[in-house]
Amino acid sequence: MGNESYEDAIESLKKLLIEKDELKDLAVAKVKKITAELQTVSSSDSKTFDPVERIKEGFVTFKKEKYETNPALYGELAKGQSPKYMVFACSDSRVCPSHILNFHPGDAFMVRNIANMVPPFDKVKYAGVGAAIEYAVLHLKVENIVVIGHSACGGIKGLMSFALDGNNSTDFIEDWVKICLPAKTKVLAESESSKFEDQCGRCEREAVNVSLANLLTYPFVREGVAKGTLALKGGYYDFVNGAFELWGLQYGISPVHSI
Amino acid sequence: MALALGGRARRLVYGTLVHQNGCLHKLQQTGSDRFQLGEAKAIRLLPRRTNMVQELGMREEFMQPNRELETNYDFLGEMRQRFLRFKRQKYLPEIEKFQALAIAQSPKVMVIGCADSRVCPSYVLGFQPGEAFTIRNVANLVTPVQNGPTETNSALEFAVTTLLVENIIVMGHSNCGGIAALMNHQSHQEQHSSLVERWVMNGKAAKLRTQLASSHLSFDEQCRNCEKESIKDSVMNLITYPWIRDRVKRGEVKIHGCYYNLSDCSLEKWRLSLDKNENGFHITDREIWS
Repeated sequence: MGNESYEDAIESLKKLLIEKDELKDLAVAKVKKITAELQTVSSSDSKTFDPVERIKEGFVTFKKEKYETNPALYGELAKGQSPKYMVFACSDSRVCPSHILNFHPGDAFMVRNIANMVPPFDKVKYAGVGAAIEYAVLHLKVENIVVIGHSACGGIKGLMSFALDGNNSTDFIEDWVKICLPAKTKVLAESESSKFEDQCGRCEREAVNVSLANLLTYPFVREGVAKGTLALKGGYYDFVNGAFELWGLQYGISPVHSI
Repeated sequence: MALALGGRARRLVYGTLVHQNGCLHKLQQTGSDRFQLGEAKAIRLLPRRTNMVQELGMREEFMQPNRELETNYDFLGEMRQRFLRFKRQKYLPEIEKFQALAIAQSPKVMVIGCADSRVCPSYVLGFQPGEAFTIRNVANLVTPVQNGPTETNSALEFAVTTLLVENIIVMGHSNCGGIAALMNHQSHQEQHSSLVERWVMNGKAAKLRTQLASSHLSFDEQCRNCEKESIKDSVMNLITYPWIRDRVKRGEVKIHGCYYNLSDCSLEKWRLSLDKNENGFHITDREIWS
């Protein structure tokens, strides 16, 4: 693929932008994106990326620096786990809670899916999520369930972009992201005239709220929250600005009055 | 790097109305802290509790105990510490990389792992931010395409067709609670199955094979075998998705399985390869690292 194709590509782009000036902004955004993508490709990728070598290196480092330096912890963990937290995080490669919230083995039971969504309680559909929550709440007896959203989420962007009118262009993605349709509706109602990125930012936070509300549709979650043994928290990791937001959900049923 | 000097922590309070069991419950969020580097003084805001005594004219003794407040307070502090440690030790030292990542991600690997707190793929396999798109569910199960939508296959579709990952790793592990539940589950209790049991029954085939081959072994040893058999099934189920199968055949996507034994810290890994006649798949390159 040498330099000739690169020069040709740049020339065609220049020509196009001379002809169609209005495309300049779009071109700038796309060039920035390509530059960023290429930047994240590590320098060792001058040869082809070998995933086996990568995980071998990763595993050996883990074993040497973490496992062998902490035999007491890992000995206990081999017998069982008792994490205090259950975390819902996005599958996005940039937001692993083990990095951003420094979770160590044994700290957090973690479910990761597209846009960290929690569907409402259903015995049949999306049973995997129900299974995870049931295991965490009833077996592991976690004290907190934290749903963590993040900036520039592809799943939320999809939610905001797809028409979601039944004519699906994907096999599974649209069905999944429409779980947080109430968030989209709310954001569009409140900020119709905002820029798309701002709307996505608001939707990312609102979707966490929808997921928190959906958590309450699970009977064992409701019971735990009402009894005070379980707390529900929402979080938002903004990696554009290097910031983190945290909030909580209060739920309670006041005593009954006879009127 | 912008410093938020004298930044005020913003409080977000929304109300969301939810219909449940015929009653309207108002869910209120309270107390939000924005952690920014540069705040020399951590501004702690106690979550605001609505004064229900005034609003409803109720007597104080009917109020729920203040436990909510305590856990909220500790939790906030702990999360702050954790995040700032990440920011100090990782984010700021590599700020250019993180700023580039903020614009786009292009991970080469997708990992399907278990939700177990002890087996985070980023931790055990050493993936750094930006390297691995990660799906985690109970017992790292991948169901075949004909079973319909699950949260796992929507993530699979996104990673393979949009992010164009080149490698898929299914990572299982020893002492898996989900697999133990599968092995324990008695089929005649079908109607009373818990959600966990319903989900792990997706690994039924692995359980049957394990019982056939190793019924003479202890329950624990059978579980170890079932964990490995289940990884194989999940890997084969990946191939039922046409957009994965096509890419594997074209050599654009490689599939790997690995098994992390957390008692002795060893990793067994293998690759799925296309048969010579291009119609089937088999396991190759098996290695154990310990």
